[in-house]
Amino acid sequence: MSSIKSATDESASRAATVAGGTTISEEERRAGFGHRWGMSVDIDLCTGCQACVVACQTENNVAINEEQRVTEKRAKSWIRIERYWEGEFPNAKARYLPVLCQHCDNAPCEPVCPAWATYHNEEGLNVQVYNRCIGTRFCANGCPYSVRHFNFWNPEWPDSLENMLNPDVTVRTKGIIEKCTFCVQRINRARRDAAQSDTVVKDGDISPACVQACPTNSLVFGDLKDPFSKVSEAANSDRAYHLLEERGTGPAVVYLKKIDPNATSSSEEHHG
Amino acid sequence: MQEPPAYDVKTIDRRLFDFMLHTPKWFFTTSAGLLTIFGAGFVVFVTMLYFGLQFMGYSHPVYWGFLIVNFVFWIGISHAGVFVSAVLRLTQAEFRRPVTRAAEVVTIFSLQAAVLFPLIHSGRPWRTAYWAFPYDFIRGMWPNPRSPLVWDPSAIFTYLTSTILFVYVALLPDLALARDRAEDPVRRWIFTVLALGFRGTSRQWRIQAIAGILLSAIILPIFVSVHSIVSWDFAVTSVPGWHNTVFAPYFVIGAVHSGVSAVVTAMIVMKWAFKLDGYITADHIDALARVLIAVATGWLFLLFLDFSFGLYGEESAEVDTWMQRIYGGAWPILAPIFIITSYIIPVPLWLIKSVRRSFGWMFATTILVNIGMWLERYMLVIPALERKSSLTFTYSEYIPSISEGILCLASFAFVIVGVLAFCKVLPVMPAADIREGALLSTELKIGRRSVPATLRE
Repeated sequence: MSSIKSATDESASRAATVAGGTTISEEERRAGFGHRWGMSVDIDLCTGCQACVVACQTENNVAINEEQRVTEKRAKSWIRIERYWEGEFPNAKARYLPVLCQHCDNAPCEPVCPAWATYHNEEGLNVQVYNRCIGTRFCANGCPYSVRHFNFWNPEWPDSLENMLNPDVTVRTKGIIEKCTFCVQRINRARRDAAQSDTVVKDGDISPACVQACPTNSLVFGDLKDPFSKVSEAANSDRAYHLLEERGTGPAVVYLKKIDPNATSSSEEHHG
Repeated sequence: MQEPPAYDVKTIDRRLFDFMLHTPKWFFTTSAGLLTIFGAGFVVFVTMLYFGLQFMGYSHPVYWGFLIVNFVFWIGISHAGVFVSAVLRLTQAEFRRPVTRAAEVVTIFSLQAAVLFPLIHSGRPWRTAYWAFPYDFIRGMWPNPRSPLVWDPSAIFTYLTSTILFVYVALLPDLALARDRAEDPVRRWIFTVLALGFRGTSRQWRIQAIAGILLSAIILPIFVSVHSIVSWDFAVTSVPGWHNTVFAPYFVIGAVHSGVSAVVTAMIVMKWAFKLDGYITADHIDALARVLIAVATGWLFLLFLDFSFGLYGEESAEVDTWMQRIYGGAWPILAPIFIITSYIIPVPLWLIKSVRRSFGWMFATTILVNIGMWLERYMLVIPALERKSSLTFTYSEYIPSISEGILCLASFAFVIVGVLAFCKVLPVMPAADIREGALLSTELKIGRRSVPATLRE
């Protein structure tokens, strides 16, 4: 397990963007600095199937949540499906809200970290530097979305799963905070692949594990700075909103609200 | 008001140095008991180092608990020392004289207890040096100056340093006295070194007095800043219920409330334990109780402001937090206990003169205040995390674990043992200061009445 502790996501990302000028061409550098990664979540399409949760768990070496972990509220999941009930029985409806790190522009978790273990990188990602983290958990308090998870112990997997760990992702030790990275390892790989084939990263080249696993395409990942990307299109939609927008965090995750099939035409006219 | 001191200079010395030179039997048993509790806390800490923080009562969104409550509590207690000695010294309150040393010693040890908690509570305490002492200059790894947790250690260590200096300057004449009276050569040698050659020449006295007054004046801004900065640990984050502009004055005055109460408790215990009748008198307790009435009422006003600021905005998250504080949590009974013990019982009782002048009553009420003020910190820190945002899916409850209880008790044991050890090694009562008071005090005749007074040059 410990042998898997390769370079952290953070150091990998820095190596690809700002490190030695000889290894990175000017074009790549421009490509690297020109992004603002974002995601859109279409609530209307989400069926609450939890495929994203499982995919994330596998991709990012998140420890397995046994029953006890869930009952003591220490279960870790970088993306979670919040289920809310609407209406009274027998007409109750389940509403699902996938919540992951919002990679806020004005992130409340960043200024409070004394060790600078979390910061904003050049591509708008909210980065967690595991090596610097000392586990004050101040960031987890600051985060209104409660998406930061603390490692109460060293993670353990059954023997049969040890070899299944993703070598691209650090296994986090006890005493530090971890959270969604937008699968920064996939972003970096896409950038490297593009550089090798002398192209630039195109919309749709990168999909984090949750996006890849989503059966209804409720989750879409892309570059918010690219005006023609799918995620920009979603962000400009009439249905777009941000989670807890009143907190002024400037999230990079756009939610598309549910289309109400019972909406009367008069109200539509009123709004239109 | 004040009783004239009834002792001549010789008696003052003998009585005040008694505990240093002769050890009563209870000292060993008490110390052993307290050290056992402290040891238990240490065992818990080492276990946590090895196995991680799984033994704490934290759950997903509630990542701060008892340890931070204790941290704020002990910082609060530490405010007593400077308030009692610096403020009362500058205002020339005569009743402070026997009280100052005890208050300062409580400050020193409670500050150290407070400093321990953020270290114990962090996930990787061995790395915390990066944050408190950024030594890693070559790699440019600096701490984040925007974080209140970086302001914290600088404020607290400044306070600790200046308090130790303050105590040391006040101790110098007493150390010289102890040196002169020590019979044991080892002890005499130690006191000779510590007394820094203080012989009581007029020049030395003048320097010592000026240093004391200067330090009193310099330490006051630090005194206000420390708890303000501790309050910003909460107030500058965006957590509803924490994010409040009134927090800094609210914390400072709450600290004085709990701290002065703790000093009264400590004084009464010292009077009982060291038999200091005649030095710590009903007058002193009475005067401090009057101070406490004013402080407690100011604190209640700021509590009300905090409450009304929270509700006035009608923001649902703030309201949820207050609901959780008052009706929710693992034990909804805590809110009434908090307000009853910290204000409703003690303050009306202090309005009665016979209560203010009774050691038993004052002991009981000041203990109550500190139970209440500990709960106040609990109410401030934890319910806000249990109801952090309007995403009800992440609502949680905090239930402290036994380990956290042990660490909490261990901090109390640490402070008590520290104060006891200080009293054993160094003079517990400021003998020189009391002597000065005895020399300055006299009787003034005003009409037919004779009034005790203090003469100054």
